[in-house]
Amino acid sequence: MKTSDIAALKNEPACAHNTQQAKSGCARPTSGAAAGGCAFDGAQIALLPIADVAHIVHGPIACAGNSWDNRGARSSGPALFKLGMTTDLNEQDVIMGRSEKRLFHGIKQAIDRYAPAAIFVYSTCVTALIGDDLEAICKAAAERWGLPVIPIDSAGFYGSKNLGNRIAGEAMVKYVVGSREPEPPPVDPARPHRQVHDINLIGEYNIAGELWNTLPLFDELGLRVLCSLSGDARFREIQTMHRAKANMVVCSRAMLNVARKLQERFGTPWFEGSFYGVHDVSAALREFARLLNDADLTRRTEALIAREEAQIQAALVPWRERLQGQRALLYTGGVKSWSIVSALQELGVTVVATGTKKSTEEDKARIRDLMGEEAHLIEEGNPRRLLDLARAYQADILIAGGRNLYTALKARLPFLDVNQEREHGYAGYRGMITLARELTRSLESPIWAAVRRPAPWNEPPSPSGRGVGGEGGNVRELEMAHG
Amino acid sequence: MADIIRRSKPLSVSPLKSSQPLGASLAILGLNRAIPLLHGAQGCTAFAKVFLVRHFREPIPLQTSALDPISSIMGADDSLLAGLRTVCEKHHPAAIGLLTTGLTEAQGTDIHRVVRDFRERCPEFQATRIVPVNTPDFSGSLESGFAATVKAMLAEWVPQHRPLSGQNRGRESSRQINVLCGASLTPGDLEALRELIERFDLHPVFIPDLADSLDGHLDAEDYQPLTTGGTPLAAFAALGDAVATLVIGASLYPAADLLHERTGTPIHRFPHLFGLEATDRLVMTLAGIAGQAVPARLVRQRAQLQDAMLDTHFLLGRARVAIAAEPDLLHGFSQLLADMGAEIVAAVAPTTAPVLAQLPLAQVHIGDLEDLETLAREREAELIIGNSHALDIAQRRDIPLLRTGYPLHDQFGGYQRAWIGYRGARQALFDLANALLGHAEHAVAPYHSVYSLKADDRREAGHGVAQASADSGWRH
Repeated sequence: MKTSDIAALKNEPACAHNTQQAKSGCARPTSGAAAGGCAFDGAQIALLPIADVAHIVHGPIACAGNSWDNRGARSSGPALFKLGMTTDLNEQDVIMGRSEKRLFHGIKQAIDRYAPAAIFVYSTCVTALIGDDLEAICKAAAERWGLPVIPIDSAGFYGSKNLGNRIAGEAMVKYVVGSREPEPPPVDPARPHRQVHDINLIGEYNIAGELWNTLPLFDELGLRVLCSLSGDARFREIQTMHRAKANMVVCSRAMLNVARKLQERFGTPWFEGSFYGVHDVSAALREFARLLNDADLTRRTEALIAREEAQIQAALVPWRERLQGQRALLYTGGVKSWSIVSALQELGVTVVATGTKKSTEEDKARIRDLMGEEAHLIEEGNPRRLLDLARAYQADILIAGGRNLYTALKARLPFLDVNQEREHGYAGYRGMITLARELTRSLESPIWAAVRRPAPWNEPPSPSGRGVGGEGGNVRELEMAHG
Repeated sequence: MADIIRRSKPLSVSPLKSSQPLGASLAILGLNRAIPLLHGAQGCTAFAKVFLVRHFREPIPLQTSALDPISSIMGADDSLLAGLRTVCEKHHPAAIGLLTTGLTEAQGTDIHRVVRDFRERCPEFQATRIVPVNTPDFSGSLESGFAATVKAMLAEWVPQHRPLSGQNRGRESSRQINVLCGASLTPGDLEALRELIERFDLHPVFIPDLADSLDGHLDAEDYQPLTTGGTPLAAFAALGDAVATLVIGASLYPAADLLHERTGTPIHRFPHLFGLEATDRLVMTLAGIAGQAVPARLVRQRAQLQDAMLDTHFLLGRARVAIAAEPDLLHGFSQLLADMGAEIVAAVAPTTAPVLAQLPLAQVHIGDLEDLETLAREREAELIIGNSHALDIAQRRDIPLLRTGYPLHDQFGGYQRAWIGYRGARQALFDLANALLGHAEHAVAPYHSVYSLKADDRREAGHGVAQASADSGWRH
């Protein structure tokens, strides 16, 4: 990939990061003090959930061998995407320039044995460095074997995970979207005259199957999800994305470029939204109704919202009682910095601070709306700082990505995972119950007193009945337990 | 003697192999107050970190030189220097393992020169020891990366013994024993090994010591950017004082040769410590070194293993087993199973190694888990031994999986499992036999005679059969 192409991808006009100091788009990492994945990681995360595609990683073993089979995206059908496939280049391949040939035959091998709907080939650092012509090989293979073979030029060193998400989205728009027309929607015999509208969900990865919490709502409203990019997606669905009448970018600024390009090329209106929290789910449904401009749909949407909200609010009452007054420190990226805040507040949890490293000014404004002007925003959250803040703000629980799981546990602090490796789906109205249940599972666990209790032979001589035997867990007790 | 069947297909599907830098990082994590620094793109570190975090369920210190397009193409020495400086400034580690990746090896980086430059430019960080190791992703695998790193540590930190100086006089009366621990040993194995050695009043020094850093314990401190246990660096200078050195794992033999060259300590080689014979040899070696009789406790453990061999041989004899593992681990399991009369119908290693030719089986395939699945199907394996990635295969084949190796991310405590010694072997035999016991169908299927007078309700009988076969399904 040319430097100018990388610069163009970073310069995403629809991304509010661009209004900041530099054309930063994605911040540059510091050597020796960096955390997070590479562009290849991001590209793979964005596309791997496409279930009927053979995903071939073209490079030495590290890129696929160390990373396959470690994500939570679910499929309702094919499991092909779960197989790690790689050219696993050896020294001879690299030195003697045999890697292109290996890839070409590798594509054939995948087709013969697994009959995929399409092949995606991801380039990596080494194959980019030695100058393999990915596009030419994919083109030749597609012609030879009559199957779409899509190049994803995603060498790790191109940049961050975020950039990789965009590279992935760009490849879909460039090579896949628009290559097939969707079938007409089946007629619902009960409502033969109802107009069905086509929509896309962009940046919805179906982690722990959470897409299946919202999909029934869309069905009920007569909204056909042509494609969820990329949770539980099939190749043939992505091909039809150009026909949607409205697009939603779900909880991921990284694929904004897809929504923007679909608008430029096909005039599809789009919005950013979230499926976390009662308010946000309703807002997303309303926004679809507004963009689709159908009076009947609007009426039915309001009816559905009224029914669902009444149901969920009633179901949440006992959970709210249990969670009322609990203090959470939230550290997660981008859009989730505000969407999860509102979900937590609806459960009665006080969010004492939230991470804004990947958030835009717009995100921050929404956070201030939700949390008040006094909101504590965490720009840089290395583990040490997160724990210090948890202490300072007397947080009862850390809510963050899997990377910080052991940051919390080693500090004997309750934890909830809200990123892509998690095992629970929190989206949709129903997801709120799951969120409440998982919060209490850690917060109300009886272990906290035990894991903070010093060994009896180290106990200080004057027992003062201190907090370590008390209910639940929080950092105040932790500090005392440590003296 | 085994035939080595090399990889013949262009694509690796469901890889068994993990990369050299990952194995190298693991070796560095066995040093105290250390951190590995991968010289490459951010993803090299991120993937290795997630892999190890999920395996150990522990925070894993790991850093990156975070190359970008410019440093990838124009040269990355400055990024590396900056990375070393940042890590030293922020954390003051005792040791940094500086490890290359596919990217920087393809560039042709010279990390040894960069380390010299760093020493000249930043004398203030003299206290941090750096071990540079070349670990390209495009050769070897986890085990070889681990072994190369152990050898590099010895090369870097063990002083040359001068025979005439009398430096090591008194070695014969020393109670110190060095143990070079290969990648196949889990923290649980190391704990068992330490206990065994200490029974002879010997003081083992493990190089590296994952049992002290990654055994999964809760420290008093809440957050540590470096390893909180492992071999202290000071131990390296004193390796020459030991009465002997044990090396566990053929992958570490070259490292052992180097240690012998440097210090002259006698080397005792063990390709693995699986099963009765290997453990007997270890115990005899230790008894010889210590000049002590074998403790009664070990005598009892040996008798327990023999009893377990008797109990389980009905199930394990002729059991058809498929194994996928790194060479040393594959060697250990093959021997354990061969000793029980099991048939190893499929053996797959991620890369080749000299030891593979000596395995007690007919063929070893260099390949991936797709190969394992094909062989397991063709040769009707009844049991699979492999890492967590092999679960899907076991489920598709509807046979049990005994988990071992890296990664073990779908179970708790895999890292603390001890396979070695009398006790480890005994438990392994029990687990193997139990897996087969829960699954095997030995009895003759019921036959309903056309002349039968039983008058059972056919529907009920049918239901009962269905129930029974569902119950005999394998469990995770």
